[in-house]
Parts: sequence; C-alpha cells; structure tokens
Amino acid sequence: MQVLFLVCGLIAVAFVLLITVYLILSGIPAIREVGLIDFLFGETWSAKNNQFGILAMILTSIYGTAGAIVIGVPIGFFTAVFLAKVAPPKVAAVIRPMVNLLAGIPSVVYGLVGMIVLVPWIRVTFDLSAGDSLLAAIIVLAVMILPSIISVSETALQAVPKEYEEGSLALGATELETYFRISVPAAKSGIAAAVVLGIGRAIGEAMAIIMVAGNVANMPSLFSSVRFLTTGIAIEMNYAEVGSLQRNALYSIGLVLFLFIMLINVLLNVVLKREKED
Amino acid sequence: MNQTLSPSRRAYDLGARTLLYLSAALTCGLLVCLIGYICFRGIPGISWSFLTTAASVLRGTVGIFPAIVNTLYVIVVSLVVALPLGVGAAIYLTEYASNRRLVEVIEFATETLAGIPSIIYALVGNVIFCVSLRLEKTLIAGSLTLVIMVLPTIIRTTQESLKTVPQSYREGSLGLGSGKWHMIRTVVLPSSIDGIVTGCILAVGRIVGESAILMYTVSMSTGMQDFSTIENFMKSSGATLTVALYVYAKENAEFAVAFSIATILLALTILINLTASLAGKKLKR
Amino acid sequence: MEEPTILKAEGLDLFYGEHQALKSISMDIPEHEITALIGPSGCGKSTFLKTINRMNDLVPGVTIKGKMTYHGQDIYSPSLDVTWLRKRIGMVFQKPNPFPMSIYDNVAYGPRTHGVRSKKKLDEIVEQSLRSAAIWDEVKDRLKKSALSLSGGQQQRLCIARALAVEPDVLLMDEATSALDPISTSKIEDLSAELKKNYTIVMVTHNMQQAARIADKTAFFLLGELVEFNDTVQMFSKPRDKRTEDYITGRFG
Repeated sequence: MQVLFLVCGLIAVAFVLLITVYLILSGIPAIREVGLIDFLFGETWSAKNNQFGILAMILTSIYGTAGAIVIGVPIGFFTAVFLAKVAPPKVAAVIRPMVNLLAGIPSVVYGLVGMIVLVPWIRVTFDLSAGDSLLAAIIVLAVMILPSIISVSETALQAVPKEYEEGSLALGATELETYFRISVPAAKSGIAAAVVLGIGRAIGEAMAIIMVAGNVANMPSLFSSVRFLTTGIAIEMNYAEVGSLQRNALYSIGLVLFLFIMLINVLLNVVLKREKED
Repeated sequence: MNQTLSPSRRAYDLGARTLLYLSAALTCGLLVCLIGYICFRGIPGISWSFLTTAASVLRGTVGIFPAIVNTLYVIVVSLVVALPLGVGAAIYLTEYASNRRLVEVIEFATETLAGIPSIIYALVGNVIFCVSLRLEKTLIAGSLTLVIMVLPTIIRTTQESLKTVPQSYREGSLGLGSGKWHMIRTVVLPSSIDGIVTGCILAVGRIVGESAILMYTVSMSTGMQDFSTIENFMKSSGATLTVALYVYAKENAEFAVAFSIATILLALTILINLTASLAGKKLKR
Repeated sequence: MEEPTILKAEGLDLFYGEHQALKSISMDIPEHEITALIGPSGCGKSTFLKTINRMNDLVPGVTIKGKMTYHGQDIYSPSLDVTWLRKRIGMVFQKPNPFPMSIYDNVAYGPRTHGVRSKKKLDEIVEQSLRSAAIWDEVKDRLKKSALSLSGGQQQRLCIARALAVEPDVLLMDEATSALDPISTSKIEDLSAELKKNYTIVMVTHNMQQAARIADKTAFFLLGELVEFNDTVQMFSKPRDKRTEDYITGRFG
C-alpha cells in the first residue's frame, strides 16, 4: 500500500520534471536557430519574415505587471487593512466573500467586460483610433490581482499579536497610527509575499489580456497595441504548424516565461522563509 | 495642557481612514458593477432553449448545451483521475512519509505546480498529450492537462484536513491491532472527508474558470459532440463554457451570447464559492 | 501626611454586555504613591485598572457608568481626547510586549508619535527613559539591536522605559512581574519604589507579598466590589473586613 501512495506523491514531482524537461527540450531548438541574443533582444517578431525577437514581449510583460502592481497593490493593501483592522465584523463578513468571488471569476469574463466596456472607454477618453492597449491590459490585470493581494495581506495582518497594538494604543497613539506604524511593519513579510504572488498572477495571465491588449508585437507604450509573453504564445499557438520554426519559437517563449515564474517562486520562498523566522 | 489631538495627527488619522474606506468601497463597488453589468447584458439571452440546444445556423438557434456537456465532461474526467492521485499523495505525505527530505521535495513540487500559469500547462499539455501521446486535440487531452493543474489544490486541502485528524484516533485504531491501511481507510479518511470534498469543490471551480488550457488542448468547436461509443467518447472535442465565451466574443462578435455565458459562469462561481465555504465551515467544526 | 488625590473613582459601574464586572467602585488614589490592587482572579482588579487609561474602550460591548476623574477632569467626558489621556497615564502589561523593532525605536516610538522629530531630542529622551527604567547600562551598546533579543525581565524594563518616554505622571502596571523570574521581579520592584518619587503607580498584582513589600496603599477587590481600601500596613495587620482577612490569610483565592 505504502508504495502505491509513494507513487502518488512522486507524481507531482514527476509532473514538475516533465514540464521542465519538455519546455527545455522544445524551447532550445528555436533559440539555437535564431541565436540567444537575437531571440531575447530582437525587437521584431514576424513569423512571415522569419524574425523571432521577443524583447517587445518581455518588456510588455514587465511593464504590464509593474503597472498592475502599482495600481492593484495600494488598493488591495488598504482594503486588507480595512478588513483586518477597521471594519466592523459584520461588514468584514460581507466583504470577504465578495473578495473571494472576485478571485473566482474566470479570466475570460474579465476579458469580455474589458473588451466591451474598458477598451471603448479608453478609445474615447484618450481620443485614440483603437482602445486595445497596454493600459487596458494593466487595468484588467490590476483588478485580477486584487483578491490575492487582499487575502494574503489580510491573513498576515490578522496574525499580528494583539499585544503590539495594545502597547501602541497605551502610549497614546491613535488606532490608525497604530495600524500603520506597528501592525503593518509587523506584517511586512506577509504583505511582501502578497505582492510577489500578485506579480506571479499578473505575469502568467493570458486569456483576459488577449481580449484587451490588441496583440500586436509593438514595443510597449501605454496606448499602443501590445503582446505579452503569455499572449505571444496564445495568439499563434493554434496557427503555427507543429515542427515549424514559428512553433518552436513559441515553446522558447514558454521557456522564458517559465524561467520568470521560477524566479518569482524562489523569491516567494525566500520571503516566506523570512516570515517564518520573524 | 494641550488635551486635543494636534492638527497634523488629526489630518493623518482622517486621511488614513478615508483611504481605507475608499479602497474597500472601490473593491466592493468594482465587483457590484461587474456583476450588475454582466447580468444586465446576459440575463435577457438566457432561456430554456439557450441552455438545452446546440447552436445551429440552419434552425437559427443559439444554444450552449454542447458547452455545458463538455464542461461536465472535463470536470468529471479530470476529477476521476486527479482525486485518487491527489488524496493518495496527501496520505503519503501525512501518514507514511518518514523521510523529511522527500516530503520537502514533494511539497516543493506541489507549490511549484500551483504557481505555474495555465498558458504553460496549455503549451506543455499540447506537446505531451496532443502531439507526443497522439491524443490529438480532444476533451481527453484537455482533461489530462487539467489534472496536472488541479493536483496541487487537491493535495493541499486533503493534507490540511488529514493533519486535523487527532493523533489519538490513529493510536486508538492501531492499538486495536488494525493495520495501517485499514486504520487510514476506516478512521482517518472518513474523518477528513469534508476537507477532501472542499478540495474537489475548489478544483471544480478552477476547471470551470479555466480557458487557456482548454483552448490549446481541445478544439474550439461549439457544435454538439457524439459520445455514443467509447471510441467517440475518447475522440470527442469541443469548447467548454469559457472557451465558447471566448469564441462568441472574440471570433464571432456575438456579444449577447458571450454575456449570457458570462452570467452562467458567474452564477456557477457564486454557487461553487458558497458550497466551498459551507464545506469549509463544517470542516472547522 | 496625606498626599493629594490624583485619580478619583466615584460610583463606577462597568458592564461587559449583561455581566456587571465592576460594582459602584469609589476610590481616591493618591499622588506619588504605589497603590496595589489585589484580589482573586476575575475580581475586577484588572478591569478597574484598564478603566483608568480607557483601554476598556477597545473591548466590544463595554458600558461604563459613574465617574472617573484625573486631576479633577472627567476622563470619560466627550471633550477629553483619549490619546492625551493615555500619554499622561502610561501602562505596562502582564506579558512584556516590546514592538518588533530596535531597542531605540521602541523607546522613541511614543515621542515620535506625539510629534518629536529632532534626532537630538529623541536621543536625549531615549537615554533618559532607559536610565529611569534602570536598563541603560545593559543596553546602551546595542540600541540598534532588536528588542526581541532581550531577556523577559529586560523586555519588561524596556516597556517601562517606553512608557516613561512620553512623560506620563501615572504608571499602570498590570501584573507586570507575573511572567518574570524572581530576580527580574525584584529588580522591577526596586525600580517601582524609585519611580514613585516622580510618578504615581497603580499596580495589579496576584502576589500579596509583593503588595505588602512595596505598596503604600492596597485595595482588595472581590466579585467586582471594592471590599477594602487602606494603607498597606493597616490592611495586612488589621483588616477591617472579614473577607479581606480570609483572603490575606490565604483561606481562599
């Protein structure tokens, strides 16, 4: 019996190895053919002209994620402080399931609303010829990372010992001063973990932003149509023939994305380990 | 003696409080508007025939019955495979494992799987199942890829509920002379069933909401599939609800249908969240 | 010689929801003396202590009737700012609760909160407070180290220093030595005796010997009532109430 369960346990390990090996094996050929430097730092991606440079996608993914973090983290963080410290229990009991619901809504639904509401709004507001843009993607991503930021930060804030807060209040600090100067610093590694998790979410999202970003592999700017690493894979996956250089280049993008994600995972583990030590 | 709060501290207090209330209001407002708008656009299109027929140009009907069936298909097949694997892994980790190092490796792998974005699963699932294993783009290939995705969810929730089973139960059972597997089957698993159920519900939630994997390991056809024979069952391939939404919105520009599907997905999400929190509450007790 | 009254409770009632935890407490607490509150667990002594700096405000469902004055001012008056009150009336808790930051920042936290910005002024306050709490010599070389690296007894004296840093004139101690070893306890007792020259101390204690050793006045609480309040010497030699006598002779509690 034990062996059977051991096999089950090892399957997770096997999957990780399988994914890693497959990504490396199928990702290397195109990089070799295009050349690592040209692949990573080439500004043009055009299957027609056999040009496969992904710098635009890498930068778009970085800018898009950074933008989502800049918007999503403050809102999520303040909402978490509200839920953990200020909200009356009854109010918090209403808001928490709402946050969970926000987390559960499928990406394509976010994409749909973004496409029908946000994209036209951006086009009209900023007087553009098309609203599909990096900005639209950033806003959609910001909303999508909110729930993870809120719930992870809230858990960290809840875990701050009451004694710290009492000590601060007894010195004549106001409640808000106490929350921001004592509770938040005491929960800082948990909050950092929330941010890293948000980064992971944002950089890995594909289907919601494929519907709002326009998907042209331009160098990123706020109002231009852009392609992320994820959408770069998604947009051509169903057209690129198996065995073609284009197809292989998509695997190479997958490999790059995978490396980004692994980097974030390592970062998350470091942050969490520090939290445990605190 | 100055007995009132200084103006700057009063401003700090007021400013901080305003920021907190505004952020929370924004988060909630966003959700309410989102739900309101989707329902406003989607509910008019939902009818009995919408739910129970296939789309047909000839008959002029729009129906999403095939998408519902396909969604159920991937849920059932993925769970049938993932549940035994996930529960088994959790049992190994909490009941059998004696090698600290191995446990760490398995747990690290589980965490890594949980952090991999679905577009990567889509890419790898496509290579492994559709191409290498020659399953082509079928619901089976999609379901198997989903197994990898939901495995961490099931392992983690099961593991957590196994940990809550008091050690005394185990000792009591072993003291009566039963074997380890017998003890697990008769004592440990029954008292952690709530956690396993919660894990399944969460897994269903992830499957229902997933789109990238299904878009690249299954075909995007919105027509009715034929499940009449085992062979057909294995070869059937078509869009689930999320993929159908994408197809209607992005490729067919039939937004009314897309919003109706979105409304249904929203309702399912609410239902899944409610059952998960009910099961979770029962688990706590 | 009678010291002037600094804190005065008049007919103070306190309810946790339906449950009455304090029953019509009237008590005059004199300035520059140590007043000990004793009694069995759940008798209301800690609750009473926390009404003095309004820490009970934080407990949901608390209602307070009657009056508590500090230098003649009603502390529950709506015009009185609670942060000012807590600055004037410091508190040391049962379990040492230094903040998870450096020793220096712990002591500087209060003055910074109340608007002291100058580095020089803060340095002065920190040194002065740590000296007053008799811990300066032990920590002066590691002010930037985490306060959590100190021993329990040192942490508690740091908490006293932290309370002194905002220049209170009353110090409330809620069983401040109960979590400490005997040596640390006696250090804090000596410190209290020293501090009463400049501060009024009100302390809750489980330990009757401690009250007998250092308190000038002692109040005995039982089931939410103030049974007896007298000079410590009087109370322990000639208790007026039978219940006090039973308690201090160890017949219950």
